[in-house]
Amino acid sequence: MADVIDRSGTPLIELRNMSKAFGGIRAVDDVTIDLFGGEVVGVLGHNGAGKSVLMKMLSGALPRDSGEIYINGQKADINNPRDARKYNIETIYQYLALADNLDAASNLFLGRELTTPVGLVDDAAMEAETRKIMGRLTPNFRRFSTPVAGLSGGQRQSVAISRAVYFNAKILIMDEPTAALGVEETAMVAELIDELKKQGIGIFLIDHDIHQVKNLCDRASVMKNGKLVGTVEVDKVSEDDILGMIILGKKPEMAA
Amino acid sequence: MADNSTNTLNEPTRTQKNLLAQLEIDTRLLGMVGAFVVLCLVFNFLTDGRFLTPRNIFNLTIQTVSVAIMATGMVFVIVTRNIDLSVGSLLATCSAMMAMTQTLVAPQWLGLELGHGMIAPISIGVGLVTGIVIGAFHGWLVGYLTIPAFIVTLGGLFVWRNVAWHLTGGQTIGPLDQNFQSFGGINGTLGVTGSWIFGVIAVAFALYGLYSARRAKLRHDFPVKPVWAELVIAAIVVVAILGFVAILNAYEIPTRRLQRMFEARGEVMPEGFTTGYGIPYSVLILIVVAVVMTLVAQKTRLGRYIFAFGGNPEAAQLSGIRTRSLIVKVFMIVGILCAISAIVASARQTFHSNDIGTLDELRVIAAAVIGGTALSGGLGTIYGAILGALIMQSLQSGMAMVGVDAPYQNIVVGIVLVLAVYIDILYRKRTGS
Repeated sequence: MADVIDRSGTPLIELRNMSKAFGGIRAVDDVTIDLFGGEVVGVLGHNGAGKSVLMKMLSGALPRDSGEIYINGQKADINNPRDARKYNIETIYQYLALADNLDAASNLFLGRELTTPVGLVDDAAMEAETRKIMGRLTPNFRRFSTPVAGLSGGQRQSVAISRAVYFNAKILIMDEPTAALGVEETAMVAELIDELKKQGIGIFLIDHDIHQVKNLCDRASVMKNGKLVGTVEVDKVSEDDILGMIILGKKPEMAA
Repeated sequence: MADNSTNTLNEPTRTQKNLLAQLEIDTRLLGMVGAFVVLCLVFNFLTDGRFLTPRNIFNLTIQTVSVAIMATGMVFVIVTRNIDLSVGSLLATCSAMMAMTQTLVAPQWLGLELGHGMIAPISIGVGLVTGIVIGAFHGWLVGYLTIPAFIVTLGGLFVWRNVAWHLTGGQTIGPLDQNFQSFGGINGTLGVTGSWIFGVIAVAFALYGLYSARRAKLRHDFPVKPVWAELVIAAIVVVAILGFVAILNAYEIPTRRLQRMFEARGEVMPEGFTTGYGIPYSVLILIVVAVVMTLVAQKTRLGRYIFAFGGNPEAAQLSGIRTRSLIVKVFMIVGILCAISAIVASARQTFHSNDIGTLDELRVIAAAVIGGTALSGGLGTIYGAILGALIMQSLQSGMAMVGVDAPYQNIVVGIVLVLAVYIDILYRKRTGS
């Protein structure tokens, strides 16, 4: 990515000394990474390297054993997904965390339903908002009142992305957002990531596709066996360098 | 579910739709109603017209109430991928608590004389609290201690049946308070005029509901069904409600009983006076439960979360839903409903007995499942469960009227349960929902 990102100020988000163990296994071991506004940081590593666990601690899905989270320099207290939402941290999961039996609007607003003055859920208002936001992202989407089980992978993913956009995400965690998608839909997501960057949103992107990482990310933080191997600016290293970090846990000489 | 859905816009032009699609009637509901009607007609034929008499329909409705009330709660339990095997036993414990309140606590501890007006409300309060507390306890074991619901409620099945036995010392407790008995069915009805008033109010609410739903859609420029389709649906609703009232009103109170009622009020019955029973209070309770539970399921956050959790527990949790307390709430709802059923069931038999509610857990689960609740979670409707309970009860009492022996009745009910679920699976495969 050609854009130069100003990293002199306070980072949008800082994860300091994050650790999490499952039984005797240190899934995440003293990892420190940061993210600036308008930046995409790839979080890379083998399966089981700890990248998903690290992101789940940020999104509140998993409690952390130790470590601190700073948002705009302020210490943030994130213990569950509700806390994360308060800090405008939105997550788009690999396995499309949608309730299959509900329609697009119910999923988009799940946990944050619009209600009528008497406190009942306002389905009509939610569907209207869903039509607006999804009309912007995927203009030919029409299946608003059928369960999302009947939608294609791309359509389902666009529901998840719409949710993040609608609720003004400042920090977006994308866990292999294109894993379940076709070529065209992947391109759509890539476009969208660019769009979100321009709005100053910081994005953590978990991905296995090195090529995609080179294309989409500004920096890459590589993990191996729960530890941080290092963080590099992707334009200053080769694909082989990154592969070396992932496979061998070896940090390239000239890394940033 | 294939990818071609990407391209098909799901709003084909209206003219292509067939009649049912234009009316936007749930075909699944239609199938169940159809099966129920066929069932009634067959029994009516086999019993030489005795099945579809006002008297039998009246009895059928009051026999269905207890199981139907609990079945609405079972829908929530099964939708959240749990099961409750303890509802029959829980009903017995609630019933025992209420019976002991009436026969021991009220007269001996509180000093209320027999027939005192506060006895019924106090004992009902005791029953409801019992149900809520036990339900919450089950929910806590399932939600917070993560013991499988099957095990918790299997334990509950043994425990609460015998807590009930312990409370009463194994005795049958009765007769219950007169006011309390009026919730049982035949001993408490709205009467002809009251039933018509209720029917008219119900019609007004239903029509207003249809109208405001359409207006909400128009306000957001959503597609609406044609006006004639709305009118047809409105007509069906009106006929169904008023027809039901008319049938229950047509069941006349026997002359001897009427005379006694007049005597009790110190009046003399006019010669040739007749009147119908009308809607029993117990059926009224079921209607209220059905409306409230449907509202909870479709129009509240709680209901939305219950179904979201059933569809994808992980997604629900990641969306910030407090899933553990959600489970507690679901079991509390079942607890309340068991207590309400306990009121109806014990009032109907006018006393509390040890075996009250025995095997109800299986009838309740069967009703919910026949009504289209999927054991895999996330799918189910309140009206389906009530219709399921009604179908089960019709089958049972219809066979009894025809003269089928009890063991054979149960064989048929068992087969119907399995068959109904199989048909439902086929239906879902065909419609892809």
